[in-house]
Amino acid sequence: MRLGRQVLWMACWAGWVQPVVADWALNLPAPKSDIAVRIYDIHTLILLICLGIFVVVFGVMFYALFKHRKSVGHQAHPFHEHTSVEVIWTVIPLLILVGMAWPATRAVLDQKDTANPDLTIKVTGYQWKWEYDYLQDGVKFISASSTPADQIANQAAKGPHYLLEVDEPMVVPVGKKVRILLTSHDVIHAWWVPELGVKQDAIPGFIRDTWFRANEIGTYRGQCAELCGRGHAFMPIVVEVKREVDYQAWLAAKQAGKQAKAVAAAAAAGKSFGPAELKARGEKVYAAHCAACHQADGKGLPGVFPALAGSRMVNGPAAAHIDRVLHGKDGSAMTAFQDQLDDADLAAVITWERMAWGNTGSPVQPTDVKVLRK
Amino acid sequence: MEAVLPHGHHAAPAGLWRWLASTNHKDIGTLYFWFAATMFLIGGLMAMLIRAELFQPGLQLVRPEVFNQLTTLHGLIMIFGVIMPAFTGFANWQVPLMIGAPDMAFPRMNNWSFWLLPVAGLFLIGSTLLPGGAVAGGWTMYPPLFMQGGISYDLTIFAIHLMGASSIMGSINIATTILNMRAPGMALMKMPLFVWTWLITAFLLIAVMPVLAGAVTMLLSDRNFGTHFFDAAGGGDPVMFQHVFWFFGHPEVYILILPAFGIISTVIPTFSRKPLFGYASMVYATAAIAILSFLVWGHHMFTVGMPAAAQLFFMYATLLVAVPTGVKVFNWVATMWRGSLTFETPMLFAVAFVCLFTIGGFSGLVLAMAPVDIQLQDTYYVVAHFHYVLVTGALFSIYAGLYYWLPKWTGHRADETWGRWHFWLSAVSVNVLFFPMHFLGLAGMPRRIPDYALQFADFNRVASLGGFVFGASQILLLIVILKCLRGGEKAEARAWEGAEGLEWTVASPAPYHTFTEPPEVK
Repeated sequence: MRLGRQVLWMACWAGWVQPVVADWALNLPAPKSDIAVRIYDIHTLILLICLGIFVVVFGVMFYALFKHRKSVGHQAHPFHEHTSVEVIWTVIPLLILVGMAWPATRAVLDQKDTANPDLTIKVTGYQWKWEYDYLQDGVKFISASSTPADQIANQAAKGPHYLLEVDEPMVVPVGKKVRILLTSHDVIHAWWVPELGVKQDAIPGFIRDTWFRANEIGTYRGQCAELCGRGHAFMPIVVEVKREVDYQAWLAAKQAGKQAKAVAAAAAAGKSFGPAELKARGEKVYAAHCAACHQADGKGLPGVFPALAGSRMVNGPAAAHIDRVLHGKDGSAMTAFQDQLDDADLAAVITWERMAWGNTGSPVQPTDVKVLRK
Repeated sequence: MEAVLPHGHHAAPAGLWRWLASTNHKDIGTLYFWFAATMFLIGGLMAMLIRAELFQPGLQLVRPEVFNQLTTLHGLIMIFGVIMPAFTGFANWQVPLMIGAPDMAFPRMNNWSFWLLPVAGLFLIGSTLLPGGAVAGGWTMYPPLFMQGGISYDLTIFAIHLMGASSIMGSINIATTILNMRAPGMALMKMPLFVWTWLITAFLLIAVMPVLAGAVTMLLSDRNFGTHFFDAAGGGDPVMFQHVFWFFGHPEVYILILPAFGIISTVIPTFSRKPLFGYASMVYATAAIAILSFLVWGHHMFTVGMPAAAQLFFMYATLLVAVPTGVKVFNWVATMWRGSLTFETPMLFAVAFVCLFTIGGFSGLVLAMAPVDIQLQDTYYVVAHFHYVLVTGALFSIYAGLYYWLPKWTGHRADETWGRWHFWLSAVSVNVLFFPMHFLGLAGMPRRIPDYALQFADFNRVASLGGFVFGASQILLLIVILKCLRGGEKAEARAWEGAEGLEWTVASPAPYHTFTEPPEVK
């Protein structure tokens, strides 16, 4: 009995101390760009002013609470106005506010000055991943969370960068003015990297811009900051700031990889695959792009995301199914995948959907996809 | 059917019909309070579930889409189902009593404005049972995300229309009562401050509830009738919704706090045994806050990518709000200064209000600074800020007002011992709950997420523990109220030694009909 209770207590205690990586951070993270430094300093300034006012005002109040109470025999003095005092405590806060507004105004003007960038990257938000398009260098890729599902479901130990890790980070050179052009493919997202002091909403149909100049090499992590549906917590941002030469090397490798991929895609586009090959490839594509909504078991979420298992469209003629995946469905969360995936990947994932979970649809070849592209 | 009493009074009808068909301001006030209490229980249980899910990293109790429904409904319920109805309950009970009127100006409309609310509440909560679950796009309902939901989203829009109609009718009623039914001699500048704050609140409501109705009607039309108000693909603009919504939303914030100022300005003088310091400047400050509230909506949208000039305008206008708000805090402190203070439960909540609401004001000042807001927008810092303003602000003022006027309403004094326990447990746990959220936001935790990175684990755990204690402590309030209704120490007409005002000239409990003969105000 006593032993049992001891074990119980120890279990509770172990449960309490388990997340050892937590660091009780009290303040903004150490800033790594000029703007972030300014934000940090303005915040510190305001915090100190507020603290000062708080101590003075509530010092007076608590003095009254202790000294002017009935129980110590204090008699009420029924004064109820005093014009000069009232003018003073209207004017002094006004002056303090002007003092606070001055550095903030300068910071706003600098934050908004996106002119003359060294590098421009177009960032597009998707439910629930980011696309980075290096406009001047022809490099474009999708960056999605790489935290395994079993860590989220508490079936595996969580890694040190749990929910803040991606398959392909954005890479920028240190000390260069990077302009970010933001837009979205579906709903509003917000691109936020605290250490760089940037946050900007990504709005479908519009392009907004912001900028940063990282002043230290490192890996900086952020998250989507605008509620964007069920995957909102799972679309992290990772920015790797590298030395110029390392950045150029990364860029060259990316461009070479893109060429190799284009060659492979061209070869695959005309090629015919066996159903087993398509299904194996399609299962992977499905896990990366489709499972967040339609679920790994193809059952979707009733009323929100339709089931693919047993679906009429998936089990019907291939053309309608391909069209839906290529072009999405207006007014729903179903996005158009024609710009995100190549013909072979699309054929693979559509085949997987048509043949998995007891579905009886026919396999689809890359050429079938190609003819339906708009 | 009805016994005819002298002066043509009706006896209080009995049973269910008394409540369904009531046109009596006191009964309708009571209905508002019980509705708010019921919704508080439901919204509070949702908050408990949210805090339980956030107790540790990983997904434990609810799936992400259910979590989003919880945060959305929690917000809508607490704003439209708890704080606003509770303040309307105070207005119904207290405005006629404080200005010496026999009832509200439009008693039948009063009944109608109340009974719309339970219907709206049922729609909101019942929508959890519909396919796809309840609305999950956040209480702010931003499109295009709001386009992605099922039938419950349309039902939510209907519920908001009902609540809006209820608010508009209620505020027309309150404003008309105040402007036309004051006792002879009660000039506007002699009205109790609570009446003043509600008068200004009523005008704010009349001004902005139609704006909200317009915004959600455009959503409804975009969702169902093929319009493209907020869809860029059809020439619309999703950010336009945010402008319209926050043009309602920011005045709404002050709708939720101005009556609180009124209650606190009533409670503090009573227990300081001194008149309110700076009555006239309090009135002007309230009006100034109300006017400024129409000029600051853009500060909710600093990250949408406004031009620098717009950011600066909204930043300066927002900073200006600090001046009249500061005047109010200084006035309350000056009212206590050199008073003869006692600390019964209403005063405890009022003092905590002054202190903790000011913390919410300071974090508001930090958020008003556009460059800093870029960092803190949509983080837990914002969650901390508005919970300090709405829980330790609006809700604590409601508690102060309840403890203050319960003797007048029930004829029994609230149990001080239980009241003190309720206060101290709430005041400590609410800070354990919300203060660490400042740190979480600064460290980079976004709001509205069911799962978070490991460095946020410790403060989330602390906040959850504080939340569970705070939630459980509210059961004490229910016990206090039930005890008060069943019996307890008899309250005199003037229940508090320092209380001033017409409501203390009638018996406790207040008779079913009061001031059929208008009192004379000197």
